[in-house]
Amino acid sequence: MDSNTMQGINPIISVNSLWKVFGKNPQTVLEEPYRNQTRADIQQELGSVVALRDVSFEVYPGETFVVMGLSGSGKSTLVRCLIGLIDTTSGEINVDGEDITNFDARNLREFRRTKMAMVFQNFGLLPHKNVLDNAAYGLEVKGINKEDRHSKAREMLDKVGLAGWENANQTELSGGMQQRVGLARALAVDPDILLMDEPFSGLDPLIRRQMREELSLLQTEIQKTIIFITHDLDEAITIGDRIAIMRDGEIIQIGTPKEIITEPANEFVREFTQGIPKTKVLDIEHVCTDPDVVFTPNDSHAVVRAKMDHAKTDYAIGVDPEAQYIGILSRDQLNTVLDSTVAIDSLIDPSILSVLPDTTLDEALSFLNDQNLPIPVVDDKNAFIGVATQPDLLKVVASDL
Amino acid sequence: MKFIQRFRSIILLASTICIALIASAIIHSFTGDDDLKYPTNFGPEIAGAIDDLIDWLVVNGEWFFDGINDNLKIVLNELREFLVWIPWPVMISLIFIMGWRLGSMKIGIASALGMVLIGLVNLWEPAMVTIAIMAVSVSIAVILGIPIGILMARSNLFEIILRPILDAMQTMPSFVYLVPGIMLFGLGNVAAILATVLYSIPPCIRLTNLGIRQVNPSVVEAGESFGSTTYQLLSKVQLPMAIPTIMAGINQTIMMALAMSTIAAMVGAGGLGIEVLRSMGQLQEGQAFIAGSAIVIMAIIVDRITQSIVMSRPE
Repeated sequence: MDSNTMQGINPIISVNSLWKVFGKNPQTVLEEPYRNQTRADIQQELGSVVALRDVSFEVYPGETFVVMGLSGSGKSTLVRCLIGLIDTTSGEINVDGEDITNFDARNLREFRRTKMAMVFQNFGLLPHKNVLDNAAYGLEVKGINKEDRHSKAREMLDKVGLAGWENANQTELSGGMQQRVGLARALAVDPDILLMDEPFSGLDPLIRRQMREELSLLQTEIQKTIIFITHDLDEAITIGDRIAIMRDGEIIQIGTPKEIITEPANEFVREFTQGIPKTKVLDIEHVCTDPDVVFTPNDSHAVVRAKMDHAKTDYAIGVDPEAQYIGILSRDQLNTVLDSTVAIDSLIDPSILSVLPDTTLDEALSFLNDQNLPIPVVDDKNAFIGVATQPDLLKVVASDL
Repeated sequence: MKFIQRFRSIILLASTICIALIASAIIHSFTGDDDLKYPTNFGPEIAGAIDDLIDWLVVNGEWFFDGINDNLKIVLNELREFLVWIPWPVMISLIFIMGWRLGSMKIGIASALGMVLIGLVNLWEPAMVTIAIMAVSVSIAVILGIPIGILMARSNLFEIILRPILDAMQTMPSFVYLVPGIMLFGLGNVAAILATVLYSIPPCIRLTNLGIRQVNPSVVEAGESFGSTTYQLLSKVQLPMAIPTIMAGINQTIMMALAMSTIAAMVGAGGLGIEVLRSMGQLQEGQAFIAGSAIVIMAIIVDRITQSIVMSRPE
């Protein structure tokens, strides 16, 4: 979905064939025959650790790009390369058209002060400064005067829900609150890009979920480009517009949450996504089928009944000549009315509501009915698309369990 | 088998000793009564080279060392006269307030009592002289030690080079420092200060280095990620976070400087140290003990007060 709409827009970040090798003679690893050897073989032969192998991706303005992988997959190295905390071995990192791997110390400093800010897993707050001064740190190193940086920091602390805590010490704050300070500090410098390195991993599950939701809310307001690192696929799917899955320093798959779950690139991704409730990601369109019987308001009772018998089904969908959805008719309802002069479209069951095609399966579950009738799917102009039968829906739900 | 495995290191050690003994016996049976000698002795050459270096310094560095000598003498004399000039009740009150405000009421009272005791045995003036020498030596040690410690934390190469030198400075018998001190500065307080600084500077350097290196790397990383310059990182992140450790280093430096006061007295430093030496020379054991105790009391006072500065800093 997103990958299509993004076409024609210039990426804000584009990473081309990025390599990072730790250890002796990193350049040797880039040459044949090592270049294509496995990580373990290279480590054994050269004593070098390949942290990133030929990583390429693009991030578009305003999107939340999630990099997901287990520990040791290279995701933390990747995010540190993006802000120049770790030197790369080869490859390009273009941000706004400039390759930051060529930056000298001065350029890099300027880049960090204006373009990118980072939120850390361990918060990285200064214990000798209070909350306000911590939030103002990025502005302080920029040389902004005390009054201005404090007012900006205060504004950001309000935004993350820490108003009134300005003078508190780090030790007085819970983990969640400390990370809010970290977020306020990053937002205070008004960066184009926000890097978040497992920001919620150190928090309690409940707080984690709450922070995630708040970040989503905040993101609709601030509209930053976010690169979010996590080892939690559930988190990746909730937050990400697109997800890159990393393993052993390589990107295995990039795609929307739906693409990752419905079209896993390989067995690894498939296994990974197995634990994820598909009902959260999949739209009802995914289980949408054509109904066996369709009738128009002009059809007689007998014709519809015959069609149902022929198709061995217990319902029919009413559609008018303009393909507009009218309603669903059950066999029981048809059988209760013996007077064949009653207009057939007056027999439809008004309790069965239709849903839009981008309704997630999770949401669709609440539309299930007692009569075992399928859920009709219509577009926003009420044109009929198809039905989701209860067995199909439940099959997907059951596969999650 | 299990038995062998369990005591492997002991068995190994025992057999090594046995082999060494057997080898020694064999060598002795060959050399007869003559001991096995080292073929050459480089000792005199190395010692000669060091003597030459010091001689060279004395001749060619005269202007430099005389400059230091003259200036330090002035500073020290002014300070000593000032401390002696302060009436003892004022000084005791001052020490009480310092102990109380920086530490606790208990430390304040104990410190004041300690100073009263020193006054009661008529060692007030030597004690003030010792404080003056300590203040100058420790100031020099800290002013030199912290920047050296910072450099050491910033460069692994510098750390590798400096480490054995610091080890040497700490284990070298402190008397050894006295001779170059006399040769360069002549007998007197300045030679004593040189020896004291050399002896007491290592903990200040070491703990500054340690303190900066121990700063949580994720905080340093965060500081860097916001575009801090090297100087901003040092002044806003690393040094403030290293302060408790650096203070512990300064505390150690002060304690070592005090421990040096008697030895420094041998080259003409005044104060409590010379009292100890003189009493011992005259075989007045009692007086030596009293003067020695005065040094101990001062050490305890300084330690408790500086210690509480370290403790009161938030982690």
